[in-house]
Amino acid sequence: MWQTCALSLLVFTGASQFALVGALAAGGNPLTAAAGAFFLGVRNAFYGLRLSQSLALPRAVRPFAAQWVIDETAAVSLAQTGRRAARIGFGVTGLTLYVLWNLTTLLGALGAEAIGNTDAWGLDAAGPAVFLALLAPMLKTTAERAVAGLAVVLGLGLLPVLPAGVPVLTAALAAPVVLYLEGRRRAGRTAGRVDTGEEER
Amino acid sequence: MNTWIAIGATALGCYAVKLAGLLVPAGLLERPRVRRFAALLPVALLAALTAQQTFADGHALVLDARAAGLAAALVALILRAPFLLVVAAAVVVTAGVRALGG
Repeated sequence: MWQTCALSLLVFTGASQFALVGALAAGGNPLTAAAGAFFLGVRNAFYGLRLSQSLALPRAVRPFAAQWVIDETAAVSLAQTGRRAARIGFGVTGLTLYVLWNLTTLLGALGAEAIGNTDAWGLDAAGPAVFLALLAPMLKTTAERAVAGLAVVLGLGLLPVLPAGVPVLTAALAAPVVLYLEGRRRAGRTAGRVDTGEEER
Repeated sequence: MNTWIAIGATALGCYAVKLAGLLVPAGLLERPRVRRFAALLPVALLAALTAQQTFADGHALVLDARAAGLAAALVALILRAPFLLVVAAAVVVTAGVRALGG
């Protein structure tokens, strides 16, 4: 229970937490499990990048603000116009989510101890359902669907032969592979022109 | 103890990338390729995790009540149900199938 709460207090980025718990439950090595969780957290760096421009926080404040750089705070702050509104959005969303996230984690941990066998209640299906719900809005283009499909094949195909936790990391290779193929296809189409790689959403 | 190591490593790593985004000069991360890669990485990880947590039992691939639960979640997602309802659908259907002996 302390470990569950520490995870929410210290890590505070949902997908990584679920990934870590799932990998450990499957008997993964702690560092392999942590690596998978870490890769899922990498996207937060890109939120931070955009937030640092819109929030324009003093350097001294940044280490404290960093823990709140997550999907939700980025979504709210970046939707605001003006620095003041963005800062308020970031602060309010960050504080509310941090408090509620950790309170509900505590309730969940207490509840799980009370329930006992969580499998009988179908709670082991909650993990993949959470991942699927996070994944669904990301599958906008063919490239994303290709990455997802390749990752599923790699993740399941390598499961019987590699140590626990490693297949997921190997499945992450689907991203650079598809990116490489995408780059080559575009280079083929725009042959002769200079490929600047500019094609932002 | 192992669990604490994993928690510590994850906490440090995740905090470091959050902070890096706020501190690193914009030029490095603004390159389209880097951004594209960062967008695709979670797609790969989430897809693999979803599949494994549904069909894996240790090192073996199995088809059990969790698959029915995930199918229910998928239907809920297609119907644009809110996040909690999606998860609830998976849990309820999985428990139901198990209770029926699936």
